[in-house]
This record gives sequence, structure tokens and C-alpha cells, in this order.
Amino acid sequence: MRMETSDEDLARAAAKGDADAFASLLRRHYDRIFRLCFRLTGRADQAEDLTQDICAALPLKVQAFQARAKFTTWLYRVVVNAAEDARRRATSHSRVAAGWGDVEQMRRAEATEAAEAVDWLQRAMRSLPQDLQETLALTLEEEMTHAQAAEVLGVSEGTVSWRMSDIRKRLRAMRQEELDQ
Amino acid sequence: MTDDLDHLKSLMDAATPAPDSARRANNLDRARKSFARAQGSRVGARPTVKRGPVARLTEGAIFMLNSLTSRGVLTATTALGAIALVLIVPQMQTGPLRVTDQIESRVVEPAPIPQPLPQAEEKFADAIAAAPQALSKRAEGANSEPTVRLGWDNVAEVARIAPAAPDVVVASTPNTEAFANADSNPLKVTAEDPVSTFSIDVDTASYAIVRSSLLNGQMPPKDAVRVEEMVNYFPYAYPAPDGEAPFRPTITVSPTPWNAGTQLVHIGIQGALPQIAERPPLNLVFLIDSSGSMQDANKLPLLKQSFRLLLSELGPEDQVSIVTYAGNTGQVLEPTRATERSKILAALDKLEAGGGTAGQAGLQQAYQVAGEIASDGEVTRVVLATDGDFNVGLSDPEALKDFIARKRDSGTYLSVLGFGRGNLDDATMQALAQNGNGQAAYIDTLGEARKVLVDQLTGALFPIANDVKIQVEFNPAQIAEYRLIGYETRALRRQDFDNDAIDAGDIGAGHSVTAIYEVTPVGSDAIRNGPLRYGASQVVADTDEEIGYFKLRYKQPGSDRSQLIENPIRFDQGVLTDDVAFSHAIAGYAQALRGGEYLGNWSYPQAIDMATAARGDDPFGYRAEAIMLMRLAQSLAD
Repeated sequence: MRMETSDEDLARAAAKGDADAFASLLRRHYDRIFRLCFRLTGRADQAEDLTQDICAALPLKVQAFQARAKFTTWLYRVVVNAAEDARRRATSHSRVAAGWGDVEQMRRAEATEAAEAVDWLQRAMRSLPQDLQETLALTLEEEMTHAQAAEVLGVSEGTVSWRMSDIRKRLRAMRQEELDQ
Repeated sequence: MTDDLDHLKSLMDAATPAPDSARRANNLDRARKSFARAQGSRVGARPTVKRGPVARLTEGAIFMLNSLTSRGVLTATTALGAIALVLIVPQMQTGPLRVTDQIESRVVEPAPIPQPLPQAEEKFADAIAAAPQALSKRAEGANSEPTVRLGWDNVAEVARIAPAAPDVVVASTPNTEAFANADSNPLKVTAEDPVSTFSIDVDTASYAIVRSSLLNGQMPPKDAVRVEEMVNYFPYAYPAPDGEAPFRPTITVSPTPWNAGTQLVHIGIQGALPQIAERPPLNLVFLIDSSGSMQDANKLPLLKQSFRLLLSELGPEDQVSIVTYAGNTGQVLEPTRATERSKILAALDKLEAGGGTAGQAGLQQAYQVAGEIASDGEVTRVVLATDGDFNVGLSDPEALKDFIARKRDSGTYLSVLGFGRGNLDDATMQALAQNGNGQAAYIDTLGEARKVLVDQLTGALFPIANDVKIQVEFNPAQIAEYRLIGYETRALRRQDFDNDAIDAGDIGAGHSVTAIYEVTPVGSDAIRNGPLRYGASQVVADTDEEIGYFKLRYKQPGSDRSQLIENPIRFDQGVLTDDVAFSHAIAGYAQALRGGEYLGNWSYPQAIDMATAARGDDPFGYRAEAIMLMRLAQSLAD
């Protein structure tokens, strides 16, 4: 049964040229890719574009997949790198600054409570420096351990843990500031 | 105070939109094709594989082990792929000039930052430059960028346009879903069994369950597909009743798309839509499952958001109360005017998941609250929101059903909203809603919440007719065989039709309900059952032109006595409108999902063509979404 084949087996088969394996692998992970793209960019449209770019690049990239890493670790790294490339492109073209980094935006007048919650999230994400944003976006994935996030980001596990506590501290400070107002 | 990080996580989960299903299908398709092309470019470098998938997998593993050392070789093959693809690019320059700029900007893009990890040597930008698929989309979207809106502002919109979210079903979690269904209705021989009786069904849960499976990349379990619920998911504009009648049936007889030898008898029932301004005050008691299993992002947090949507639709006369059931049952919000938003929302925010589930105790308290606030001329309804966990309270399912049925007779109805997957007890949900005269809906996204709670608020919450039963008698002189498509779980005995004590489904304001029979005329070569050697040759009354007789019984809300509507059915009756054709397409598609026993060679491609041709106005985009899902089903089924 294909559904029970592990990611790594599918990826190895895909690297060898098995089209079915590649298709089911991508189908299996498409939504996960999209969600991570969204958390990295903060915009649905950018997440869609980024996901599309990744889908277009994966047929070639997967040929280089090596059994050294867990497939998802490898995949998340592809996504994080793609997001970084996209961001760099956007800034080098001095287009509208992208996603979470975009501070110019006005809130819509008809904002509802739901929009307020979203607004808080947006401010929280924006207040974090890039490396913390990335780390947070990754660790919000279900079942993502600090060790795996560290492997994706190419840093040590201790660094991830340290970043997470930094994030907690910043969120707490942000909330405190709101309460004080 | 919860951890700020958890708070952020739940906000993030709630804010994360669903990937656009059209683009998803498109991207998957393009990636598959581009994968095939990438293989073509290195065909000389690898042995052709012609064995089965299992053998290929092991072979792949061995190949990988052997080739781990030769990174240079891999780079080389990748480069070959890249060159082959770049050559394709010039063919695409028929698009707007702007596209050329973008292609250049991407190809020329320097990627100066050294990648820290050996596996990421390949620059992402290079890979994109090598893949024309990414660029062709830019061609389409070139004129619309840049959008000067924050992603977050779009979130609500995204949810509305593509009302579908991926489920976060972790594969390793044991799946304890239970679905209510029965074998497809068998083909009946008219001479032996001319009468078909069933209760109408306005539930739509099946459609949303099927959608969430498909978007998850899996075919839905066959039993999760209830054809009539798939068909009834969509609003249809059948001719509206005039005068006093709460609804009007329209019968259309037309050739069957999937079988040249049979006809479809389509029965469309349109409920009247009273003015919303004149609707009676609503008393809603929300009974919310706050057990530990509800803490997932697609459960309690989604419920809270759905609730906010609903709140904005309620008026100053309406009252809301909230009761939770978890380890302990409690009234979280006393009956409160819907205008006191902040009070209601504060109570909602205090809801937290945790503890075991005891459905029954909570249910009793909810009905008690409902009884206290109910008064004449008002509509009172308990809305149960759960992921289907009743494992503590439902020691005796029959007793619980009886309890709900008794309350129904005293005027309080029950609707059930299902959340989340993996633990969903669809069968219990169905049973409770049916006994409570309510609707069972499955909420997988904010978009679905909007459809159920806002767009169709009037229908879901204001019944205009109770115990609606349909009975069709076919004329054996005209019809050799027939079968009812769907409604397997709603069959009634023949004598139940005229028995007003027997409960059946209800129609809400503005609802439409569709039932479809496939009939085989006498003399058709599509007849499957041969004649009986000892069959009685029946003398049929002189009603030759009639192929059947349609009867419908319903009760006005609050009344004990049923009223009867009857109509003869004839060949070529009615007009094949887009609405009718679309419902046929959905019925065919739903049968295909169930295995397509009666469909012959007809399958998803035909359903897609038909649905596309009959899409009509589609103001909410439900039909467009359905067509997307059909495409997804087609690619998954391949």
C-alpha cells in the first residue's frame, strides 16, 4: 500500500525517478508546505506563490534527496530557503515589503474581533527579528521537536531552545505593554 | 492565564488559511508533469524501470545507497535537467512583455548567501529559473501584483472563497471515526415492489467530510459518502411556492447521463423563505463539548470563530446561552441578549478544552436552560458542538435518543455541529440530529461555518415543515425497474407514510431538498432483472401515460396532523434546468465515490464536464469548489 510507505522510501524512489512515488509524496505534504509558507510570510497570496514555486522546483530538487535526513527535515529546509530567497528578491526589487515585515499597512476599518485577534498575531510576528520568526514558524508545526527545527535551520538544538525562550519573553513583554496601556 | 506561545499558536492555526484547492490541484499536476520531463532529460543515465511499484521502491533504496558517494554525479544529472527545462522557456514568451522581465530577473538573480548545509548546495533560485511552471503562473498573475494588502486582512476572504481547510490528522493517531451508512439502495422490480418510501434529509455533513478527505489527499471512506447529502449541500433555486403552501415540489424526468437505457426522475422541493425581519425571536442554547479532544485548532478555536460569525447575525430579541460539558458540566453563560456581544465573547474566550466527556449530563442541563427561556412564539434550539465524543454519557444510546425525541415533542429542537476528524462519531451525530429534528453539519473551516450558521441561518434554525415524507409508486406498465439514489439511511416502511406518529425529516426556511430516482422503462435493454417464470401478469388501471405517482406528507410546525401533496409523474415532464443537471452531476459523482456500481463507464471526467456546464450563477462559489474537488477525486482515483 502506497499510503503506508514511509516518506523516506518514497523520496528515495522519487530521487531514482519513480513518478508515482513523487506524486504521492507531494500530495501528502502539499498542505504542510503551504501552512509553513503561510507562517513564514504571513500572507495567503505569498504563501500560494511560494508553494507554487516550491512545487515547481521539487521535481529537480528531490533528485538530490539523500537518506541522511528525515524527509520532512529536508523538505522544511527547502521551504525555509525558498522563503528566504523570495524575501531577498522582494527587497532587492524594492517592491512592497513582504509579509510579516510589512509595517506600512493600515488596518481595515471594518475590523471584527476575529480581525483583532489576527491583528495581535500580526504585531507579535512582526515584532520578532527574522531568525526568531523563522524558528517560531517552524516549531509551530505539529510534532516538530527543537532538535528537528535545529537541523532544518542548521543551528544547534540549544540555539533553538534559547530562541524559543527569547520568543516567550518578547511575547510576555508585548502583552504586559498592552495591559499597561 | 495560558502561555502566550500557546495563545499565539492557536491564533496562528486559526489564521492559517486553506490552500486554494484550484491551485493545489494545478500545482500537483504541473509538478507531476515537470517531474516526468526532468526524468526524460536523464533517461540515458539511468536504467529504465519497468517493474511494479513495490519492486521499484526497493530498487530505489538500493540505488540510493549505491549512489550516496557520488554527489558529483547527482549534481551533473540535475544540471542536465536544468538545461533541458531552460530550453523550453522561450516558447512561453507569447505572454505579456512584463513576463520577460520577470524571467530575466529570476534567471539573473544572484544567490550570494552561501548555504550552511551540504544538502542545500543547490541554489533555490536556480531551480526556479529552471522550472518554467513557476514562470507561466507569473504570466497570468503579472497584472495583478503587487497587492498592497496584508496577508492577514485577506484571511477572512480566503476562508470564504475557498471554504476548505486541510485537516491536521496525524497519521499515527488511531482513527476512531464511525460513519452512518448502508449499502446502496438496490434496484427494485416495479412489479414486485412498486412503492418507495423515505424521509427527507437536509443534512450536509457528508459533503464536508468528503471534502476534508479529498483535500487531505485521500479518497473518502465509501461509507462517509451519503449521496443525498452531497446533492443537498448545494442551494438550488427550484420554483418557489406560491400562496399558503410552505413548499412546492417540481418533478423533472430526463435521460440518465450514465445510462442511455434509463431515465432520471428528479424531485426538487423548494421551501418558502419568510422575511428574515419577521422571523420569531431565537433562543439558542449552545452545548459545547470542552473535552480534551476538542483542543485541536480545527475544533474549539474554530468553534469560537464560528460563534462570532453567528453572533453578528442575531438581533436584539434573540437570546444566547452556553453550557459546557467536559469532566464537569456547567453553565458558562446565562441566557443573554445577543446584543451584549462583549459579555458573550468574554464567556466564549474562557472556554477551554480539558477533561473527559459526559454528553448526557450536559445535554440535560442545556435542555433545562432552554426550557427556562422558551416562551410562546419563539424558536428554541439546542446547538450541540462536539467532535463526536460521547464515550462517557452514552452508555445507553437508545435512552439518549428517547430523551432528545421527548424534548423535540415539547418544542425544543436539537442541531449538531461536528468538528475535527479522526474521532468524529458521524453515526451518533446523525442519530441525535434526526431525533432532535435538527440538522447535522460538519464544520471543517470558517467558510463552512459561514455557510451553515450565517448564509443558511434562517433555514437551519427555523423549521417551516416537520416530518416530511415522500412516497413514490411506480407504474409497472411503464417502469420495469427503479432505484432511489441515496437516502439509504432514511428509508421508511410503506405503512409509515400514512402514520403521523412516525418521525421524519424537517425542512427549514428557504431550504431545497432533492431526491432522484433512476427508472428503467419497460422494453429498455437496460433492464437487469429477467422476467419471472411464474410472475403474475398484472392488470394495470388505465393510467398508461403515468410512470408513477408522487406523494408527500408534511406537518406544519406545531401541528400533529399531516397534510398531503400529490402529483402524477410522466415521461418528459419538467424542464432540465442547470439546477437539475448540476444535481445529476453531483449524484453521479457521489455514486462514483461510493464505487459507481450503476454508472458503467461514466465517471469523474463526465461528472466534471456536466457540472461545469451546469454551474449557473453560483454566487457563493460552492459549485466551483465542488468541481475542484471532483478533479481532485479524479486524480486520486487514477
